[in-house]
Amino acid sequence: MNLDMITIRRIVTHVEDIHHEFGPPAATPLRRGAIAAVLTNPFAGRYVDEIVPMMDALQPVGIEMAQRLRAAMDVPVERIESYGKGAIVGAAGELEHGALWHVPGGYAMRELLGWKGDRSAYAQGKASAAPTGQPGNALAIVPSTKKVGGPGAALDVPLTHINAAYVRSHFDAMEVRVPGAPAADEIVFILVMSTGARVHARVGGLKAADIAQWNGLR
Amino acid sequence: MVAKIRKLIVEVDETRIEAGKAIDPPTRKALAMAVIENPCAGRYVENLDELIAIGEDLGGLLGDKCVQALGIAPGAAHSYGKAAIVGEAGELEHAAAILHPKLGAPLRKAVEKGAALVPSAKKRGGLGTAIDVPLGHKDAAFVRSHFDAMEARVSDAPRANEIVVAVVVTDSGRPLPRIGGLQVSEIKGEDGLR
Repeated sequence: MNLDMITIRRIVTHVEDIHHEFGPPAATPLRRGAIAAVLTNPFAGRYVDEIVPMMDALQPVGIEMAQRLRAAMDVPVERIESYGKGAIVGAAGELEHGALWHVPGGYAMRELLGWKGDRSAYAQGKASAAPTGQPGNALAIVPSTKKVGGPGAALDVPLTHINAAYVRSHFDAMEVRVPGAPAADEIVFILVMSTGARVHARVGGLKAADIAQWNGLR
Repeated sequence: MVAKIRKLIVEVDETRIEAGKAIDPPTRKALAMAVIENPCAGRYVENLDELIAIGEDLGGLLGDKCVQALGIAPGAAHSYGKAAIVGEAGELEHAAAILHPKLGAPLRKAVEKGAALVPSAKKRGGLGTAIDVPLGHKDAAFVRSHFDAMEARVSDAPRANEIVVAVVVTDSGRPLPRIGGLQVSEIKGEDGLR
């Protein structure tokens, strides 16, 4: 693990309580949180073919960010119902640098929320066959988006249910941006989590209460 | 609580490295924002007491949220600032009514003392409008290392009939202050200026 690749310049947390959106106020407000870490991009300004070592080096960053986000949201892990992740790469970098976040960002949150799978098998694309019964938590893929952008660029980070990607009430997104970042030689890595459905969700589809297949989808 | 709050948002911005230099301990700024209904939207209202009362409520609520997010004792706060973005069916004076008459006292209580003026900014805006909340040291406005700002913005607010009210509290100044002026160690804290 090459920790020399990791230089964290800045960390921003954002937590919001949504009481209503002009409909009946929620008995318990929806709480959504985002954490953005601004890192130096060790590959800025040139084409580097071998970038995968940074994926491993990012693992402790993902774990620290997931824990800090949960702490900032001030709710027990059992209350986290949806998640997402993203990256904004500064102008001297490449979209592919943002893709380094998929495994370390996603699995840091999944493990925090009680996922019992094999991270290295997933990283190599060797996921095990669909199980039955609830074999743990955070079974669903962590949705993501990424872009190359300038300082203050906004990223709409998608959110979906942690156990079943098709739960319609939990399809959501959070706009995340860090004023002043990313500079050309920086990358902003982002995690988002939420305690529930959209505040006035009412367009049908699969409900969280009806998840039955425990395959990450339905 | 007089204010009708639709959303409450708390952000913490922590700088660990600036210009390649380690900042230890990191500088930290906390921002708390409330998205509230503007009871005076859409018409001219002469008496703004309702908004003044909302400001008093929010000074304590948002100040406490900032201090809590920083995880510090109230007296450990360094600088503060406040701002409001009025949705398009409102009037700039509505922001003034929230910010200026009564928001300051409960905010000062949240950070202990607060001899200095709370620097402020206001504007009319639409959804996602950003405002730069000015910052100054809470006990001595001339402390040059603490002149700063923090950008505040809510992606889906203010709607036309809403107001975004923002308070910022820090536990530090700029990451690498080196332009002289009054230092924190020289604060007398009597007149709010020096």
